[in-house]
Amino acid sequence: MAKPVSLKAEFVKGLWNENPVMASLLGLCPTLAVTNAAVNGLAMGLATTFVLLTSTLMISTMRNLVPHQVRIAGYIVIIATFVTVADRFLAAFFPEISATLGPYIPLIVVNCLILGRQEAFSSRNPVGRSLVDSLGMGLGFIMVLIVLGSIREILGSGSIFGVTVLGDWFSPWMVMILPPGAFLTLGILIALVNWINSRRIAA
Amino acid sequence: MTYFLLFFSAAIVNNFVLSYFLGICPFVGVSKKISSAVSMGMAVTFVMLISAVVTWLIYHMILVPFHVEILEYVSFILVIASLVQLVEMFIRKVSKPLYDTLGIYLPLITTNCAILGLALFSVLREYAFLESVVFALGAGAGFTLALVIMAGIREELALAPVPRHFQGAGITMIVAGALALAFMGFAGMI
Repeated sequence: MAKPVSLKAEFVKGLWNENPVMASLLGLCPTLAVTNAAVNGLAMGLATTFVLLTSTLMISTMRNLVPHQVRIAGYIVIIATFVTVADRFLAAFFPEISATLGPYIPLIVVNCLILGRQEAFSSRNPVGRSLVDSLGMGLGFIMVLIVLGSIREILGSGSIFGVTVLGDWFSPWMVMILPPGAFLTLGILIALVNWINSRRIAA
Repeated sequence: MTYFLLFFSAAIVNNFVLSYFLGICPFVGVSKKISSAVSMGMAVTFVMLISAVVTWLIYHMILVPFHVEILEYVSFILVIASLVQLVEMFIRKVSKPLYDTLGIYLPLITTNCAILGLALFSVLREYAFLESVVFALGAGAGFTLALVIMAGIREELALAPVPRHFQGAGITMIVAGALALAFMGFAGMI
C-alpha cells in the first residue's frame, strides 16, 4: 500500500465506493435469491456478515502461518466451518427463517464476497484493520439486501418487514417477489447507482 | 418417465440460473461470446456430473453411517475443490484441445454456487443415486442453455444503443429478468 489509509476510510469504502454488490458484483446469488421480503434479506445479510467477520478474524490471525500454496483450501475449510455454525444456529433459534432460506444459507460457503475479502484483504493486513474492512463490507452487503428486499416486498406484497403499508387499493405486483422481479430491481438499482456516481463526479 | 420429468424440470422449469439464481457469477462474467459460453457450460455440466456422483457417495456411504451429517458443507466443498483440480490435471494430460477450450474456466468452477447447490439440493430432496445423476445432467443442460441464450443476446446488445447508466451490469440484469419471465412460462408444464 502506497500511503496509509485511515481505519475510517477502510470502513466507509465498503458502504458505497467499493460496495460488494453494487460496485464489484460479488455475492449476487444470495442477493437475488432471498430478497423477496425485507426480513429475509436482513437475516441473510446478518448470517453472511457473521461468517465474514469470524473467518476474517481467523484467517487474518493465521495469515503468516498458512503456506501460500494451500491458502485457498484453508480459507474454504474455515469459511465452511463458520457457515455450519451459522446454519445450526438459525435452525435452532429461528427455524422459520432457516426453512425459508433453505439451501441458500449453506451456499454462503461459495459466496465470492467472503473469499474475495480474505484473498484481497485479510490475508495481508493486521487483524484489527481486516475486521474493520469486513465490518464495512458486511454492512454494505446488508444495506443492499434490505433495500432490495424492501422494494420487492412493498411492490410485491404491499408490506415491509411483514407490516402492511399499502392499503386495499393496491393490487400487489406478483412478479416482484418472483425471480424476474429480482433481476429487474437489481438492474435498475445498479443503473441508479451509476447515475448517482456520475453526478457526484460531475459536481 | 419420472427421469425424463426430473431432467426437464431441472433444465427448463426450475432452471438453475433463472429461477434458483445459482451460478450467477459466470452467467454475468462469461456470457459475452457464444463460443466461450458453450465451453463454460460444458465444463460446468462435466464437473456437476462427477461431483453429483462423488458427493452422493460421500453423503450416503460415509456421513450418514457415521452420523456426521454436520460435516456436510465442509466435506462437500473440499471434495468439489479437489475434484476440480483433479479434473483439470486429468484433462490437461489426456486431451490438449479440450484443455485449451475448458482450461481457463475450470478453476472458476470451484466457487460456482451451482455445483454446491446441486449437491445440497440432492441431499435435501433425498434423491436416489440415479435420480441425482439425472438431476445433475438436467441442471447442467439448463445452465448451458441459459448461458448460451444470454451470450447470444449480449452479442446483439453490443451493437444496440443502451442508455449510458445501464451499460454493463445494469442491462445484463434487465435482460436476465426478461429471460426469467420467459422461462416462467414453462411453470405450468409439470
